[in-house]
Amino acid sequence: MNLTLRIWRQSGPQDKGRMIKYQVDDVSPDMSFLEMLDVLNERLILGGEEPIAFDHDCREGICGMCGLMINGDAHGPQRGTTACQLHMRQFKDGDTIDIEPWRARAFPVIKDLVVNRNAFDTIIAAGGYVTAPTGSAPEAHSVPVAKADADAAFESAACIGCGACVAACPNGSGMLFTAAKVTQLSLLPQGQPERYTRVVDMVDAHDEAGFGGCTNAGECTVVCPKGIPLTTIGRLNRDYLAATTRHADTPGT
Amino acid sequence: MAVTGILLVLFLIAHMLGNLKIFTGATSFDHYAHWLRELGAPLLPSAGFLWIQRVGLLTAVLLHIGAATILAMRARAARPVRYAHRKKVRGSYAARTMRWGGVIILLFVIYHILDLTTGTLNPVGDPSRPYANVVADFAPERWYVTAFYTLAVVALGFHLRHGVFSALRSLGQQTPGGEQRARLVALVFAVVLCAGYLLVPFAVLTGLVS
Repeated sequence: MNLTLRIWRQSGPQDKGRMIKYQVDDVSPDMSFLEMLDVLNERLILGGEEPIAFDHDCREGICGMCGLMINGDAHGPQRGTTACQLHMRQFKDGDTIDIEPWRARAFPVIKDLVVNRNAFDTIIAAGGYVTAPTGSAPEAHSVPVAKADADAAFESAACIGCGACVAACPNGSGMLFTAAKVTQLSLLPQGQPERYTRVVDMVDAHDEAGFGGCTNAGECTVVCPKGIPLTTIGRLNRDYLAATTRHADTPGT
Repeated sequence: MAVTGILLVLFLIAHMLGNLKIFTGATSFDHYAHWLRELGAPLLPSAGFLWIQRVGLLTAVLLHIGAATILAMRARAARPVRYAHRKKVRGSYAARTMRWGGVIILLFVIYHILDLTTGTLNPVGDPSRPYANVVADFAPERWYVTAFYTLAVVALGFHLRHGVFSALRSLGQQTPGGEQRARLVALVFAVVLCAGYLLVPFAVLTGLVS
């Protein structure tokens, strides 16, 4: 298949950036989206041009490194799929595909399609940890966890931190990510000691990083490659309310 | 957003029930309007309850708009460079129209107060005869008034469709089953409120109330 790509090119953080049109011919429908970009890059390198910079690592949908806005859809048209697991069979011969980086103040563009997602690390550092010793695997029966809680925590823990929720959010909010990282711990016994300081600290870090506020619009959960449900934000809200009213932000309560 | 929204929703319910009294006839409707002014007497002065309510509602509206403005400004700041390829609405249409819907509702409320509270823009404009004011307002030759009311009420319906769900979520609704119930409650509530508010103008328009 033959495709026309319009790709965001930006030589560095200070560059203004622009959409550039590329023609890619003889694309196999069995290629992944990133392989198709690889083919284009090889051609650009052979032609002496600067290849297109884009993030990628595992290419099997579990590392959260890749992330492209494809025709206005975070990770492309297929639901529950990262850009690296998206295949060209999702497109038709002759299609024009717009490829842009995540757009958020908290995710500044480093080059072309690569953004700096350090803001997510800042949120994690603000409280996304437990103080319980985790050195060796504990005896499974010593700390019972209800099946429903384990399932819900695991659902949140599936978050790979790719940033698609921020990219898709009309408010540029990172609340689905923050909620996933808060609830994967707050639902488990090991996460209880810091439960009510964690939620306040992580939401504060989220706001300070320059993300927008959540209005429950629900765009995030639609594009999330791991299907983190919108109810996760409800769990964060409930913990936040409890933390700011009953527990008054006191450590260890 | 959620708390002030809930206060405003409580008023909307009471206001709709009051409106529907128009179907009980002119005497009953006018008596209800008069009773509202005397509510709380003799403890409160004439229209005392109404003024307490007005101050309360105005505070809620201002806080609601204030919170919405902060959210909108944060949203603008959070995405300085926009997407070249605009994203389709994947989530809820109602959620994406909250801000413009809110502006339409605000403009409507200003017009509505000038029309049926102060009577400035009403063809009858007699505060002692609310029934006559309403009937004159939605007369068939003033179809554009009815059209504007309909637009505003539908905008209100969309606003509530997302607003009720979002308020429940903000206050800690967190289970998947509960989410479905919250969405259903929001939808049914929005439809019932829309229908309740549109019954009156359309009853006047079709001559059912005259």
